Amino acid sequence: MSANDPSLAVTTSSVRGAVDMTHGAGGRAMAELIRDIFQRHLANEFLAQANDAALLGTVCGRLVMATDAHVISPLFFPGGDIGALAVHGTINDVAMMGARPLWLSASFILEEGFPLAELERIVVSMAFAAREAGVPVVTGDTKVVEKGKGDGVFISATAVGVLADGTDISGSNARPGDAILVSGTMGDHGVAILSKREHLDFETEIISDSQALHDLVAAMLGSVPGIRVLRDPTRGGLSATLNEIAQQSKVGMVIREAAVPVKPEVAAACELLGLDPLNVANEGKLIAICVAQDAKTLLAEIRAHPMGRDAAIIGEVVTDQHALVRMKTRLGGMRVVDWIAGEQLPRIC
Amino acid sequence: MKYVDEYRDQELAKTIAGAIAIEADPEKSYHFMEFCGGHTHAIFRHGVQDLMPQNVHFVHGPGCPVCVLPISRLDDAVELAERHGVILCTYGDMMRVPGTKQRSLIRAKADGADVRMVYSTLDALKIARENPERQVVFFAIGFETTTPPTAVAIKTAQAEGFKNFSVFCNHVLTPAAISHILESPEVRELGIVKIDGFLGPSHVSSVIGSQPYEFFAEEFQKPVVIAGFEPLDVMQSILMLIRQVNEDRHEVENEYTRVVTEEGNLKAQALVSEVFELRKTFDWRGLGTVPYSALRIRDAYADFDAEKRFELSVKASRQVKSCECPSILRGVKKPTDCKLFGTVCTPQNPIGSCMVSSEGACAAYWTYGRFREPKLLEAAE
Repeated sequence: MSANDPSLAVTTSSVRGAVDMTHGAGGRAMAELIRDIFQRHLANEFLAQANDAALLGTVCGRLVMATDAHVISPLFFPGGDIGALAVHGTINDVAMMGARPLWLSASFILEEGFPLAELERIVVSMAFAAREAGVPVVTGDTKVVEKGKGDGVFISATAVGVLADGTDISGSNARPGDAILVSGTMGDHGVAILSKREHLDFETEIISDSQALHDLVAAMLGSVPGIRVLRDPTRGGLSATLNEIAQQSKVGMVIREAAVPVKPEVAAACELLGLDPLNVANEGKLIAICVAQDAKTLLAEIRAHPMGRDAAIIGEVVTDQHALVRMKTRLGGMRVVDWIAGEQLPRIC
Repeated sequence: MKYVDEYRDQELAKTIAGAIAIEADPEKSYHFMEFCGGHTHAIFRHGVQDLMPQNVHFVHGPGCPVCVLPISRLDDAVELAERHGVILCTYGDMMRVPGTKQRSLIRAKADGADVRMVYSTLDALKIARENPERQVVFFAIGFETTTPPTAVAIKTAQAEGFKNFSVFCNHVLTPAAISHILESPEVRELGIVKIDGFLGPSHVSSVIGSQPYEFFAEEFQKPVVIAGFEPLDVMQSILMLIRQVNEDRHEVENEYTRVVTEEGNLKAQALVSEVFELRKTFDWRGLGTVPYSALRIRDAYADFDAEKRFELSVKASRQVKSCECPSILRGVKKPTDCKLFGTVCTPQNPIGSCMVSSEGACAAYWTYGRFREPKLLEAAE
């Protein structure tokens, strides 16, 4: 089941009308908004405390924290919406440390005039995504800005997680000889957003891959505890993320174009739009780097998980003082895989 | 992906590479100019040169519409957006090209000018329709491929009676540019640039056909092979050029038969000549003033001509002196010959147009090919 079950789109509350300045003014309207939309749908024991801050339990282990702002346009897209995306994106940042996410917080910046029914749809979706992930939204905040000063809704979210002893995952851990894996097809999210934004109707609808990856990560660490690097290739796609890791670890990389999984419809859309799927954002995929001997075990583990069926070993880490990421092309030549210059697709998450 | 993967197939590539290796005479060196930036991009993106023998050289031509636009015209566009308060609609690549004093459309946008990126002329018309109180200008650039859609936009605007839409026309012509290169002293007299043949444009030729190239083949005794933009198209065309050189032939051949015909797209040609006429001269970045090399909007459509609707000031446009874009566009220098390349000038911080456009030679060298230049990488670090 996906966090974007269409039945969730139905407005279930008595909330009507649109956001106005009183919703952020601290008075009765604001209290009602919080009660009828946020508390109602996100309901959990921490929110029920109804204090300025959530009182959380004691945690044993090293804490991990990540924050993520979401300004995506459009707010609703094939395979997700800003609410679910905020949950998935923030959880994934914590998961990429190898940590188990525990709690989320969310701040909403609302633009005057935004329909409350749409806000509720977003919060319902967020609540569903949080429940599905098993990570509650324990505290939140709402502010309203004048019409023209925002774009419907912006959401800023933070996640806290806990890291097991012995797990040491970092972008600086890649070593020459290591294998590079991806958990699935590249570019789905960015192309889904762009096709919706530009009203491009393709024969097959391209769905965003937005999903929370902590469960997959836990399974991977269960089978290969020594994973060296995990990272989710969001903005800038695979190219930017591999370059980040190469620079952080001061190594080079060589990947094989033919090994990188890309859905045919995504490849076709990219071809049409002049984009490179390697530069396009993902919201539910990860890159893993491990020692070469563990690569096959790790690949089998990822493929056995429902979120990793299209996983592949795409290349290896090499010695390179210039920290270049290179690719053996399908044709048999070699080229650099570069960071994207400028902004290919703004407001993708 | 159907109709794409077939043209990137490794086994076929090996077969063609084998044939090239056999047929290329080791006693000779072959220099072929790919006119189009699309070819330059394909060659680097797919690593085609790795499959070529040492004596086959690619000379990069000026066929990148963003690259050849002179700074003065870009400065005009910035002025339209900033001083005349219009909504300026432009293709994405144009946004980041630095004008005089490194002023680009993206900077103008950050300072409050209303510059919008569009994918087609239809987007620009839509913006005009939705903003009847604002003047909307479409910044039209490109070779023969992008000219028909601009003609359609102008005709649509006239048919629908638009009062707030106009076109800043910068459309240029391929055959004029090729002639100019072949007549340049570097090619004709000085022999600085060796050109044994041309990879002819693919999309441009789908509009104008293969006929217009007959003149160069005949007059300048240079073979032309019209080539598709896929890597196997490029390789097959190189093989065809090598055969022509070896056999001392200089003909126009068409490798891209799945799209290009001898006469081209007559309907598009008729539309273009109805809306546009030749400019006597036009300034190109790199090539300088080239006679009869660009189009302007005919008087019958003067209402939609931004150059007539808005009074543009005369500016002292200037580009960075040490930038070698002009020589690179003529094939006289390679990107790696430029002092700025990879040090001051990178895709993140472009100084010249050839580093901005995805079709520019400098961008292709840096983005896809810089691992071949270890000395350069050291200098950059």
